[in-house]
Amino acid sequence: MTTTPQIQITKDLSAKKITVTRDFNATPEQTWSAWTESELLDLWWAPKPWKAETKSMEFRVGGYWLYAMVGPDNTRHWARVDFTKIEKHKRMETRDAFCDDLGNINREMPVMTWKIDFEPIETGSQVIVEISFTNESDLEKIVEMGFETGFASALTNLDEYFENQS
Amino acid sequence: MRRDIFQAIADPTRRAILSLIALQAMTPNAIAEQFPSSRQAISKHIKILAECQLLEQQQHGREIYYQFNPTKMKEIDKWLEQFRNMWESRYNNLDNVLNQIKSKTK
Repeated sequence: MTTTPQIQITKDLSAKKITVTRDFNATPEQTWSAWTESELLDLWWAPKPWKAETKSMEFRVGGYWLYAMVGPDNTRHWARVDFTKIEKHKRMETRDAFCDDLGNINREMPVMTWKIDFEPIETGSQVIVEISFTNESDLEKIVEMGFETGFASALTNLDEYFENQS
Repeated sequence: MRRDIFQAIADPTRRAILSLIALQAMTPNAIAEQFPSSRQAISKHIKILAECQLLEQQQHGREIYYQFNPTKMKEIDKWLEQFRNMWESRYNNLDNVLNQIKSKTK
């Protein structure tokens, strides 16, 4: 198969929820590994041209993944993913927050709750990511920041982006 | 301080007001008549929507009409487009990683 599976995004702003669904040509076990092993996460988590760099990873309930999004100019945005529920190869729940390089959570920034489901399908697996915000102003903040501290904007033409900002 | 657009559209009454005036410009009285809530409650909702620039005022003689302003909603669409781009890039990377995993386990 050469076509790239389509991403489905649904927003439910009144429920403060966004869902991202995508199929993969790999088993749920394989996609699970890619989502839960930091050496693999570092290879794909950051959208181009950013890079993800793991500082520490403790994959268990109560543990967390501490990583930086490293920009082309070497700017680092630290984030921390706390694991709140793990059902191997099926589902996990996390709390995502912005933090400093030591993992101290930045309380000024929104905290998001993620539910990630791994479903077996005929062609491999389907991953459903449900991102929830605690309150509407958090979602607003995230929009203003361009999701993860503005790096999404690096994907679009910067000039165009700034033009539309003014 | 800028009003929170998401807070504005999260409220069911305010969403109902928006869908009403999306069809045609209306006076505050005409809007209020459509709802069981008090006039004061409705004008408060209208005030919040106006502060978020989700609706615009038009003066027709002595009457003020409100109409829907879609440009603000486009801000959200723009962000969603960036959000989609981010996930597309991320998941294209993941496809490559999964191919590597599969070729190793073969």
